This record gives sequence, structure tokens and C-alpha cells, in this order.
Amino acid sequence: MIRYLLSRVGQSLVLLFLVSLIGFMVLNLAPGGPLSQFALTPGMTKETLDRIAEQMGLNRPLPVQYADWLWHLVQGDWGKSFRDGRPVLTIINGHLFATLLLMGSSTLLSVVIGTWIGIRSAVRQGSAFDYIATVAAMIALSIPTFWFGLVSIFVFSLWLGWLPAGNMYTVGDGSLPDIAIHLIMPSFVLALVNVAVWSRYMRSATLDVISQDFVRTAQAKGLAPRRVLMKHIVGNAMVPMITLAGMQLPTLLGGALVTETVFTWPGMGRLFLDSLGYQDYPVVMGLLVFSAVLVLVGNLLADLLAAVVDPRIRLD
Amino acid sequence: MTHAATEALAPPARWWRTRTMRRFRRNRLAMLGVVLIVALTLACFSGPYFLPFDELYIDLRARFAPPMTGAHVFGTDPLGRDIAARLFQAGQISLLVGFSAMLMSTVLGTVIGVVAGYSGGRIGAALMRVVDAFLSFPSIFLLLALAAFVSPSPLMITVIIAVTSWMEVARIVEAEVRSLRDRDFVMAARMLGLSSVRIMFRELLPNVIGVIIVAATLTVARAILLEAYISFLGYGIQPPLPSWGNMLNGAQQYLDKAPWLAIVPGVAITLAVAGFNFIGDGLRDALDARSDLR
Repeated sequence: MIRYLLSRVGQSLVLLFLVSLIGFMVLNLAPGGPLSQFALTPGMTKETLDRIAEQMGLNRPLPVQYADWLWHLVQGDWGKSFRDGRPVLTIINGHLFATLLLMGSSTLLSVVIGTWIGIRSAVRQGSAFDYIATVAAMIALSIPTFWFGLVSIFVFSLWLGWLPAGNMYTVGDGSLPDIAIHLIMPSFVLALVNVAVWSRYMRSATLDVISQDFVRTAQAKGLAPRRVLMKHIVGNAMVPMITLAGMQLPTLLGGALVTETVFTWPGMGRLFLDSLGYQDYPVVMGLLVFSAVLVLVGNLLADLLAAVVDPRIRLD
Repeated sequence: MTHAATEALAPPARWWRTRTMRRFRRNRLAMLGVVLIVALTLACFSGPYFLPFDELYIDLRARFAPPMTGAHVFGTDPLGRDIAARLFQAGQISLLVGFSAMLMSTVLGTVIGVVAGYSGGRIGAALMRVVDAFLSFPSIFLLLALAAFVSPSPLMITVIIAVTSWMEVARIVEAEVRSLRDRDFVMAARMLGLSSVRIMFRELLPNVIGVIIVAATLTVARAILLEAYISFLGYGIQPPLPSWGNMLNGAQQYLDKAPWLAIVPGVAITLAVAGFNFIGDGLRDALDARSDLR
């Protein structure tokens, strides 16, 4: 287990390094590089710009700049926002909870619904339920998340008036039930794609397990079909799902960005778009790298959890 | 003897009569996808010639006309422009961007995948780690960060969509090529003294064309969705040039007054994306020789 853990952590560190390299490349793609913010200031002269460049160390060779940037990153100094001068990590931290809450509740929904659909489809392979679930999953994967959000707002807020159209809580309230009622629509909208993916994978994982010998043995021993399904089949089919949950993280984060925009949910996605609008590049870059780090850590945790649950994985 | 082997011995059949295509034609969902895409393409590229309105014609007396008002089949927008005309024009752009982005990302992904798969060893591992690193970013974050830095012309939007969607193709091609690398025909080509480039692109590439086509079809669907996302958020195709995504951009504020502004373009996106997904899925099943046995 220790060996597996070390090799997985090592792989993640290599990826982390590459991710930072890509982040740095994107940062230098900005027109005029990190200097662009000052170039727009009225009364800015070429000389002043050059002086700022020297103060910021931008006249050094790129590899040196990168090493410096990375060193600050590692120390937790991710730069300061152009907008209000607060440290980038502090700002991200202020928006992290809202996004994690949305992603968490949405994942819970998609796991419960997707697992149920997947198992039912596999057990009744070729049935009408299976066919409809397959087609529905493909259509769900084709619907733009933001549009599904708009249609949901139209139906459930404007037409039926059941749910609030946006925000995380009513101004002046903010109690738990208030937040919960604001959470319902965005989490269902964000869950749409994940239910589709999850149910497909659960179906094929269940089919893989059903055809194995130990399942036939369990049936031959005369165990109740329900017991075989719940204890022998579902338990084993869930193991690859842990890894899948990690792999779905980038999609989930990207979906959260779009969903937050439609529902004015105060999370990382909204922060990203607001910062983009203000050309607040330190925050944009911070969020870009932060989201990739979040994905890598999530993947690592998912793989380690899968290895704990299923010792066979450690041997590969 | 397997089906594949007998097929190889038979005289070369026309491509539409091969076993794969027969399986594809039997797939009702895939055929629905073909119909959807052909219909949408025809409508978008010939529709504007049959409409009495120009997509840029502003008629302030006919603002917010609901669908089926006079000749406005899908109604009008806040400036009184005909939505049907804009929808078709936008469809041309969205479909072209999606298709071109697919071409670029498929070429890029294929080259990287073939080189990584054939080289193996350190080069292959290094290339695949780069692929993994790109996949660690939520693609919309990466796409938006890039979109903020480039001029939002349709060409640049296409390029940045391609830059953020080549990884899946690279992964699939790498896996296929790696599994073929040690086959006898590759060994024979090497003994004949063929160059690596020739072995990679003349010997190996034709053998992985099937999986590339499947991945490419699904990439069109993905590219259309990505364009819609960033245009909706205001960083993609810029008005007055319409795209399905930016038609939805202003729709949210008029949701209570004019819901058709949001519904019509969204249905178009969903139909196009679903069409390509159906085709891609059907092709994957058709190319999988085992699907006959099920």
C-alpha cells in the first residue's frame, strides 16, 4: 500500500508541475503579458511601463520568471487582485464553500439517481427501461447546462413560482432552510450531465460483475436474488465508480461555473467570470491553477480510496 | 474463423456495403442522428434564401413578436430582428466553428497520439503526461482564460476550442497504436527499412482510422457545445455576428417577457449536439465487431 501511495503521489506531483507550466504559458499569452493592466492607465508613458516591468522582474529571462512565480505559488503567495488588492488565495477561499456546497449536493443527487438507473438498466438489459435510459442519457449529454438552467428558471420560478430564480439566500435571511431551497434548482441542473454519465458507467460495471463466477456461485448456493444483487453485485460494481467520481471532477467544476452564472450563485465560477470581466488576471490565473490542483487532489484521493476498498488495485 | 478474417479475404466491397456500414444503418438512433444533422445543415445553409427577412434587419415596430406572428415563424428579438433568420445564420457559424474545430483538434490529437503510441518509452510517457495535465483543467476555465486574451474572431474561437479539445483523440489513438506497435506487419515494415514517419502514418494510421472517426464525430458535438458555452458567457462569437450561443446571451433578462428567445436557439443546439452524439455512438457500436454477438 505504501508503495502504491508513493507512486500515485509522485505521478500527481509531476502533473502538478506540468499544470503550473501550462498556467504560466497562458498568463504570458495576455496581450502585453502581466503588464497589460497598467498600459490602460491614463498618462502612462513607455518609461514608467519599463520601470514597472523592472520592478516586477519582467525583464528577466522567462525560465527565471517561471521559477520565481512557481516558488511564490508553492509558498502560498498567489499574487494580489488588481481590483481590490486582496491576496488571490483569500478571495478564492471566500468563494470555495459555495462551489463545494453546490458540487457536493449535485454529486449526491447524481450518485443516488445514476446508480439506481444504472443497476436497473443492467439487471433488465434490453428492456424498455434500459432503452429509454440509454436514449435519455445521450440527450441529457447534449443539452447545454446553461440552457437547461434557463428553462428550469422559466418553468419553476417564473411560471409555477415554486423556487427562487437565483442567489444563494434571500437578503436578510440566510437560514439553513432558506439556503436549501435556493440550492435545489442549481444542483438538479448541474446533476443532469452527471446522472447521464454515472448511469452509463454503473450499467456497464454492473454487467461486468453479473457475468462473473462468484455471482453464479452465490446464486447456486440459493441466496435470495435481492441479497445477491445488493451484497455481491452492487458492492463490487461500486469500486470503479469511485475512480469515475474523481475523473468527473473537471466536468463537474466546469459545469458548476456555468450553473453558477445562470443562478447568480456566489461561487468560484461567478468569481472567475467577474474577474475575467474586470481583466483581473491574477485572480483568473489563480482560479485556473486552483481548479486543476483541486482536480488532481480529488483524483488522487479517489484512487487511494479505491485501493483501500479493493486491495487488487494496488497490485497493478 | 472470425468475421473480420473472412471479410479480409473477400473482394473489397464498396464502403457503404461493408458489414460495419450495414450495422450502422440498422441502428435507428444513429440514422435519426444522420437525418437531424442533414436537416439542420440544409435548413441553416439554404433557409436564409427562403425567408423574407435579413438576419440584421431591425424593425422596432415588431419587437418581441411571439412565434407565428405574421411571417416571423420563431418570433422576433428585442430589436425586432427575425429569429428564424438569425437562427439559420447562427447555425452556419456554429456548425462551421464546430466542424473546423473538430478538424484541427483531430489532426493535432492524432499526430500526438500516433507519435506517443509508436515511440513509447520516455517520449510516449512524457507526451501522455502532457495530455493528462491538459485534462486536469476544467475545459471551460481554460477556454475562457484563453478567450479573454485573443481577438474574438470566429477563426480564433475555433483555434482555442481545438487547443482545448484534442486530448481525448490523442488518448484513444495512443492506446490503439500502442496495441498495434508490436504486430508482425509493423515489424516487417521496420525490416524493410521504412522510416519511422512512414511506418507511423502509412502503416499504423490507416489501422486506427475507425476509432479516429468515432472520436472526431463526438468532438464535433463537444465543440458545438463549447462554442455555445463561451458565446453565451460573452467571450465567444461577438454580435452582430449571430451564433446559437450568443443568441442566448441576452435571453435571460427577457425570460418572463419573451421565453422563446431562450427556447428556440437552445433546442437548435440540443438537436445538433444530440445528432452528432447519436452518429458517434452508432459508429462506435458498428465498428465493434463483437456487437453482432450481443
